[in-house]
Amino acid sequence: MRPHESTTDLTAAQDLPSIIRPYGDTTGDAMVQLSFTLPVPSGRRAELAALQLAGKMGLDPASVVHSKAMGPNFTFFIVYGKVNHLIDYVGIEVPEGREYPLLSAKEIDLAIRTVLNRRMVVVGACIGTDAHTVGIDAILNVKGFAGEKGLEYHREIQVINMGAQVTVEELVERAKAENADAVLVSQVVTQKNAHIHNTKQMAAAFHAAYPTAVGPGMGRPLLIAGGPRFDTVTEQELGVDRIFGKGTTPGEVASYLVHALLPNWTPEDPTEST
Amino acid sequence: MTKLDLDPSVVRKARALAERAARPVIEMARTHTTVSVERAQLRLAGLTGADSDGLPWVNHLVDAVRDQVGLEHGVALPVFDALAREPYADLGGLARAASLGAVTFRLPAGGDAGAAAELARAAARRGVGRIDARRAERDVMLRETGDPRQPWIYLIVATGDIYEDIPQAQAAAREGADVVAVIRSTGQSLLDYVPEGATREGYAGTYATQENFRLMRGALDDVSRELGRYVRLTNYASGLCMPEIATLAGLERLDMMLNDCMYGIIFRDINPRRTFIDQRFSRQIHARAGIVINTGEDNYLTTADAVDAAHTVIVSQLLNERFGKEAGLADWQLGLGHAFEINPAIPESFRLELAHAQLVRELFPDAPLKYMPPTKHMTGNVFAGYLLDAFFNLAGVMTGQSIILIGMMTEGIHTPWLSDRDLALENVRYVRDACGALAEDFVPRPDGFIVQRAQQVLSESVDLLERICDDTLLAAIADGTFGVTRRPADGGKGLDGVVERADGYFNPVTEILESQDPHATAVPTPAGSTD
Repeated sequence: MRPHESTTDLTAAQDLPSIIRPYGDTTGDAMVQLSFTLPVPSGRRAELAALQLAGKMGLDPASVVHSKAMGPNFTFFIVYGKVNHLIDYVGIEVPEGREYPLLSAKEIDLAIRTVLNRRMVVVGACIGTDAHTVGIDAILNVKGFAGEKGLEYHREIQVINMGAQVTVEELVERAKAENADAVLVSQVVTQKNAHIHNTKQMAAAFHAAYPTAVGPGMGRPLLIAGGPRFDTVTEQELGVDRIFGKGTTPGEVASYLVHALLPNWTPEDPTEST
Repeated sequence: MTKLDLDPSVVRKARALAERAARPVIEMARTHTTVSVERAQLRLAGLTGADSDGLPWVNHLVDAVRDQVGLEHGVALPVFDALAREPYADLGGLARAASLGAVTFRLPAGGDAGAAAELARAAARRGVGRIDARRAERDVMLRETGDPRQPWIYLIVATGDIYEDIPQAQAAAREGADVVAVIRSTGQSLLDYVPEGATREGYAGTYATQENFRLMRGALDDVSRELGRYVRLTNYASGLCMPEIATLAGLERLDMMLNDCMYGIIFRDINPRRTFIDQRFSRQIHARAGIVINTGEDNYLTTADAVDAAHTVIVSQLLNERFGKEAGLADWQLGLGHAFEINPAIPESFRLELAHAQLVRELFPDAPLKYMPPTKHMTGNVFAGYLLDAFFNLAGVMTGQSIILIGMMTEGIHTPWLSDRDLALENVRYVRDACGALAEDFVPRPDGFIVQRAQQVLSESVDLLERICDDTLLAAIADGTFGVTRRPADGGKGLDGVVERADGYFNPVTEILESQDPHATAVPTPAGSTD
């Protein structure tokens, strides 16, 4: 656990400021900056249009500090202004954090060896037209991400990385052939909500392919979706067991695999855990 | 003049090893054909259009020949033999009938074979002649409108709708772009046919079609005349239809094409054999068409670490150079790629970038190098990203790069907004104007950090090339040498479209491309070439 998380927990609620506004250089000055483009030629009229927009956004007073013609028909603005909104900071409900502990690579391998008594099989792919393997590779390749080695690094995890533009049928077929414990799909391209459609389609295909499954690890693989733009949807909507967002590290995924697939496992010696 | 004091014998050794590593792959490409190579020659013979479902007639015709007589002798003889025997006015009529199963193909022999070959040769000569005419037209345009000085500013448009792309591309040109690339729809590389007509829907890009090429080139010709500066157009000769897209690019006077020897294998999981065969034909077309290819080494650094894998970029560039020259490309057509992707948190990361960029410059002094901006370490902090892009531009100017792809501070957040592009151009204009000829003054200290680092990367490249020669290139790709991804020679998509040539294989286009000097007619001299 990172140190600042524990200090947050210890902080008494009454130490939190109750009402806040943005901070420029003085408490309560409520200053913000923004930039945008308007589809009009630059000039005095365009600046007034920008100020009107800023006013409607709740900036009062606002000032255009920079405006620049971008070709004959567009103008770019940088605007500073004071917002009139107040934020009830104490009243904010913080979503729960990770519901499972972060395990070390050693603990993960030990858990799999102890409980499964075989290697855990993970099949990963970028599905649909998505060709961006950055995400799946960061999680699966030995190279890893953010200083953590990818799942391939674990002796007890067998990784099958199918790469990019894999069809749902190919993925289901491979998962069945390999007896996959978990299936990871990565979706980076989000145009026309392709990431949502592809993932729903994938989940539906797996549920259809394993009609007698009771749950993840019980008759079907654990289904995991990852990508930077899944923050608008829930696991239930997509039909997957877990969504991972931007910045997820391989260690978080590996720890989740143990948590979800080996729920009865507890480290023999908790003092070893880091 | 060399700034890095590279040992010429080491450089020679690196090139000799690249040649050795490429040799068996080139031999394989010379003795095989693919469905897309065969379709490309039909496109050159003038067959266009598609059925009502959008499947091109070239696909119908090649499939019909394949089903009836196989492709090991090439499509030309069976197709032109059928055209001579049957009452169809042209290839289009023949293809329509063949798609209905109404044509019986055979492999002609004796006098019939000779007659079919002559018809095929005449059609191929007309097709190659159209490409030659387009190249001559480019030379005229370059003289009339003016060729911009390097480094050329390379900008991307990617709306998915060609009619939206056109005004964006024209706006980009007016704002200073020397090269406009229309990003291709993400799924296209795995389509085994080239879509037809003007398209208005795509995923993260616009489909590469002959009509889209024609529309965009026409629009850029207009803006080139308006600006008095020739604006180049780029697209992608990659994926399963690489040979056909190269052909369409030649027919529509595109100026540069992304065309890497290994990109499709590693990043699209296209079968390695299919890729190398398709690539050789497409590069022969590019050579003839006067098209500059852009290679994709920058991509390796998006999956592998930019410091640890620096030598894999050099190795791939040497292989791309070898494959390109074997196919007839001249040095001025080798837009070898590399990138500014070192983690900015590493101490002296900028010095390392300078060492890598200068090394590439010196290894390939006459190649129009394409330098790619940071993507991997663009965090969403647009302000820090703008600074990193400025350092990228600075490295590009200091090391005399030829084509600079403009970095966007919103990289990784969304496809560039109009304002992102405008700010990015402001950034590069400032660096370019402020530095002027700074490259002249940038002389790394003899035996200093930059010189030593460059020499180290070169020596690691030689070591890797030696291992590849011992192991074969296909095995090295299977082992994950490039971009960390493992790609076995019998895996990936498109292997079923590969056919070993029989004795007597006949391809009238290859015959022309391999028997004539692609640069015999006109060789444009690129303006502002380095040194």
